[in-house]
Amino acid sequence: MQVPATFAYERADSVPHALELLERYGPEARVVAGGHSLIPMMKLRLAQPEALIDINGLAAELGRIAVEGDELAIGAMVRHAELLESATATGLFPIFQDAERVIADPIVRNRGTVGGSLCQGDPSEDLSAVFAALRATAVVQGPGGTRTVPIRRFHQGPYETAVAPNELLIELRVPVVPGAGSAYEKVERRVGDWPVAAAGAVLRVEGGVIAQAGIGLTAVGAGHFCAPEAEAHLVGRPPGEEAFARAGRIAAEHCEPHADQRGPADYKRHLAAELTRRALAGAAGRI
Amino acid sequence: MSFGRMHRKEDARFIRGRGTYVDDVRLPGMLHGAVLRSPHAHARIVSVDVSAAEAHPKVRAVITGQTLAGLNLAWMPTLSNDVQAVLATDKVRFQGQEVAFVVAEDRYAARDALELIEVEYEPLDAVVDARTALAPGAPLIRDDLEGKADNHIFDWEAGDRDRTAAIFEEAEVTVAQDMLYPRVHPAPLETCGAVADFDKVTGKLTVWCPTQAPHAHRTLYAMVAGLPEHKIRVISPDIGGGFGGKVGIYPGYVCAIVGSIVTGRPVKWMEDRSENLMSTAFARDYHMRGEVAATRDGRVRAIRVKVLADHGAFNGTAQPTKFPAGFFHVFTGSYDLESAHCEVSGVYTNKAPGGVAYACSFRVTEAVYLVERMMDVLAAELGVDPAELRMRNLLRPDQFPYTSPTGWEYDSGDYPKALRLAMDMAGYDKLRAEQAGKRARGELMGIGVSFFTEAVGAGPRKHMDILGLGMADGAELRVHPTGKAVLRVSCQSQGQGHETTFAQIVGHELGIPADDVEVVHGDTDQTPFGLGTYGSRSTPVSGAAAAIVARKVRDRAKLVAAAMLEASPDDLEWGDGRWSVVGDPSSGRSLAEIALAAHSNLELPEGVEGHLDAVTVYNPPNLTYPFGAYICAVDVDPGTGQVKVRRFVAVDDCGVRINPTIVEGQIHGGLADGIGMALMQVMAFDEDGNHLGASFMDYLLPTSMECPSWELGETVSPSPFHPIGAKGVGESATVGSPAAVVNAVVDALAPYGVRHADMPLTPANVWRTVNGDPFRTDLAIP
Amino acid sequence: MRITVTVNGQPHTRDVEPRLLLVHFLRDELGLTGTHWGCDTSNCGVCTVHLDGVPVKSCTVLAVMADGHEVTTVEGLERDGELDVVQRGFVECHGLQCGFCTPGMLLTARWLLDRRPDPDEAEIREAISGQLCRCTGYENIVRSIRWAAEAQS
Repeated sequence: MQVPATFAYERADSVPHALELLERYGPEARVVAGGHSLIPMMKLRLAQPEALIDINGLAAELGRIAVEGDELAIGAMVRHAELLESATATGLFPIFQDAERVIADPIVRNRGTVGGSLCQGDPSEDLSAVFAALRATAVVQGPGGTRTVPIRRFHQGPYETAVAPNELLIELRVPVVPGAGSAYEKVERRVGDWPVAAAGAVLRVEGGVIAQAGIGLTAVGAGHFCAPEAEAHLVGRPPGEEAFARAGRIAAEHCEPHADQRGPADYKRHLAAELTRRALAGAAGRI
Repeated sequence: MSFGRMHRKEDARFIRGRGTYVDDVRLPGMLHGAVLRSPHAHARIVSVDVSAAEAHPKVRAVITGQTLAGLNLAWMPTLSNDVQAVLATDKVRFQGQEVAFVVAEDRYAARDALELIEVEYEPLDAVVDARTALAPGAPLIRDDLEGKADNHIFDWEAGDRDRTAAIFEEAEVTVAQDMLYPRVHPAPLETCGAVADFDKVTGKLTVWCPTQAPHAHRTLYAMVAGLPEHKIRVISPDIGGGFGGKVGIYPGYVCAIVGSIVTGRPVKWMEDRSENLMSTAFARDYHMRGEVAATRDGRVRAIRVKVLADHGAFNGTAQPTKFPAGFFHVFTGSYDLESAHCEVSGVYTNKAPGGVAYACSFRVTEAVYLVERMMDVLAAELGVDPAELRMRNLLRPDQFPYTSPTGWEYDSGDYPKALRLAMDMAGYDKLRAEQAGKRARGELMGIGVSFFTEAVGAGPRKHMDILGLGMADGAELRVHPTGKAVLRVSCQSQGQGHETTFAQIVGHELGIPADDVEVVHGDTDQTPFGLGTYGSRSTPVSGAAAAIVARKVRDRAKLVAAAMLEASPDDLEWGDGRWSVVGDPSSGRSLAEIALAAHSNLELPEGVEGHLDAVTVYNPPNLTYPFGAYICAVDVDPGTGQVKVRRFVAVDDCGVRINPTIVEGQIHGGLADGIGMALMQVMAFDEDGNHLGASFMDYLLPTSMECPSWELGETVSPSPFHPIGAKGVGESATVGSPAAVVNAVVDALAPYGVRHADMPLTPANVWRTVNGDPFRTDLAIP
Repeated sequence: MRITVTVNGQPHTRDVEPRLLLVHFLRDELGLTGTHWGCDTSNCGVCTVHLDGVPVKSCTVLAVMADGHEVTTVEGLERDGELDVVQRGFVECHGLQCGFCTPGMLLTARWLLDRRPDPDEAEIREAISGQLCRCTGYENIVRSIRWAAEAQS
């Protein structure tokens, strides 16, 4: 079996302690939570951090799922399985259930975390699209205190995020939109695989027309995992197959998928349209 | 007495985590090896610098191709009379090829030291596409072979070329189809590995290794390394799945042995998953063109096939010497036709060697896929239901034993009965009606039929050998004084449950409970010679040997019983597990009583030495021919190309079933293989020879979610060529099921005019096929 | 680094490198070879053990991360000579062939039944969907777990 190279290991017992350790070890240190993206990469020696800062000790501190005011707060250390089983989260946003059911597998979901998934910054990551559709805000803490980053500015390229080497993602805050519907649609080659393409949608309808639309896309080269042009097309129009199909096409036009063994670019572009359409229809059906 | 369902004896240790797999073997002072592999598919080795690795404090030895060349071990023979580099000396010829071997105090240090070895490569153009390997100017891969100027390995043909051509000339209908059976990997969950322990004092080499063929390994080690064979002991412990991938000898095994000889300590080498997928025996990679000649009313008259067989960088396929394309020429399948002909050309490419692996019964998998796809292509051409077309052409029961146009002698069967049973179980007509309704609504549903005939149990030694070793199996049976028996066999279970079924065979023959029979296997010091477990040959060959040796013991017991009863052996009869005087059941002596007597001071008749044991070598008179009818129903999402296998009905006939539970379990596993190969498994390569499926993230195996609940049925046609009428079943479902799934998907896509699509039918592939623009599944997706 | 991991109820203290994987800690340090490994990428699930009662893939957990925690392996399923009902189920329904995936499957089965004593086929299939089996086509694993559910109710 593949084994990682050597590294220093530190266990953080609080957020300030984690930040202090990050400061001490510098940019060659990596934070490890569930480890299900990082440790395989370390075993394959595609990642060779000099130090690992283990934040599993912060599971209680950063493991909350709660409605606070008009926001749903999801701690960075919430495990995928916890989000999937959270009646609070999935009750407000069934998109979490749709997506979490198809992220990796039940055993990996027991360990992998929401924050870890986002910070890995994989261009095929599911939750990035989900939070983009939901227009969430990331709360990041650093030596100078906390700051917020709109999720649509969180990812700055493949495997690059707005979290600086000396910062820690603390939680995600999702605006609670009364009366909204949400859904997630994913095509994978096999259960547990990364998506060939996936789309999430959040819709709110007022007076017979779409008042708010959120579309998240992953694995198809959508900038910041979202589809603002398609969203703009929807707002003000009555919900329906025609509008959803058109929005799907617009979303697909603005994607830049690339071919890999999951599929050729034209297929992924097609899926961007098709899955956007389906997610929108699913979301509308849940309003 | 002992045939039927019983719990497996093996389970007691496995459910407690107390199996012993090769990585569980720990010896005092054991070191750990790791292999440095080539990142290039084709490159000249300019230099190898191991000085930094040797300086690592935990490293005990670094072995390179040059080290081995000094021992005359840099190259080893393959199972197809080619040679393969153990560690590369001149060039690397596929990505992942073995270049150096590090031996260190622990596995982490061995892995670390690999990074300290500096290899300078001069990259060369690679050829990964069999279709271009023979083109003028293609990079020459095997410049190590004297006089070799191209990448051609062999041409081979079977059947009657002229007669077949004549039928095609005059046929009312002909169809043709190109198809690829892409390169796949058996991917057992346990990778390969070895623990080698060379004792300098005694000169004895012990190798623990999960090999499906321990005796063949011992002999080959003796031939390769020049070690005396009686000083080599191969122990094949519990094996975490084999499926053909653990038949051959891999360079890592040889390196572990050399490592132990060099360091004087035991050396363990375990490959990781990427190494397993990149370098150990692949399967298939057959580029085929099939043609069928038929009458307008759907009688198949002749089949013709041309194959380009990609064998990788070294010709390492494991198959009987006479048959470079294995048993591919069984491609006439289950049908009664006038003539057939096939031509197979083997080529070298810059890909890993291997070829026959993965539950294929020596290329029967490719053959069945070819003919079963062609039957559907013909059905589409004629507008005939594919089940009906098969029914019209299946061999009839009165034709058995049947000699096929390519020379196989099929043993027994009632093929139409099996197909009818499968159709009844599936509710075939109802499924077709449902499909018609769905099509009218624009929904895509497909029904796929596959009827296969397997050829297993290699084989008659007159025709079949591997590297000159005939494919007959020994068995030894000893009954202890209290009537408990120990059977020793040469084959080796990788989960097939030999400890249970073989005990059942002996129990059945001797009239004792299977629990009273211990089966010893997997240790060459304790078992007789034989060629191992692959090609579904354990029950057909070693199982037959077990029955025969038990009958020998029974015959011996008769002589002892005669002495006990002071009767003539001619006056004794066997029944209810006892020898008794004819007409006097009360005189009966059980095997236990006889065994005790055989070890006692009873005066035995002349020629009987005492004790109760026997040995045998079973040379099968013929292969056995299990068969089956499979029906698969799928739903296809036209918007995404996703395929969902909704139902799978499998009717198998493997002759007499010794333990039906185990038989069904084997079929279940093979059916899942069919889902995997048809829908997701493939090892593709980019133009530089980079392996695009070298981990389980990219080489996808089916999970519980892709598999439906299998619906099994059975018919029983005992084989007249087997002492208990059994036929072997291990590979049946893997052989028969891919075609059923592909046929179902192609059937679903019929409204788009689709007649064929290559495996794997991933969502992308299905969508592109529907859009008339399919891509090569074995290359990088452009 | 000195760690103490409670495995099958017994605390074990060892000095380990931080990079030591939990699966190697169990197998090489403690000799508990019932936990197997089959890939490098947390896809196959044969290394599944319970960490504080929850199944995890032990090839993707560092031993140091289990410091102060409780691990259960297949060797811990049998209690006082009494097989766990899931172990009996796998024997009863032929839920294993080569036995390599079996320990991980058993631990997931135990966890599933702890949470859902009466799972239907779909729930069982989903629960084991992160663990590959190459022999059984999953059919008899599903039946084994169903058998265990019925036997324990």
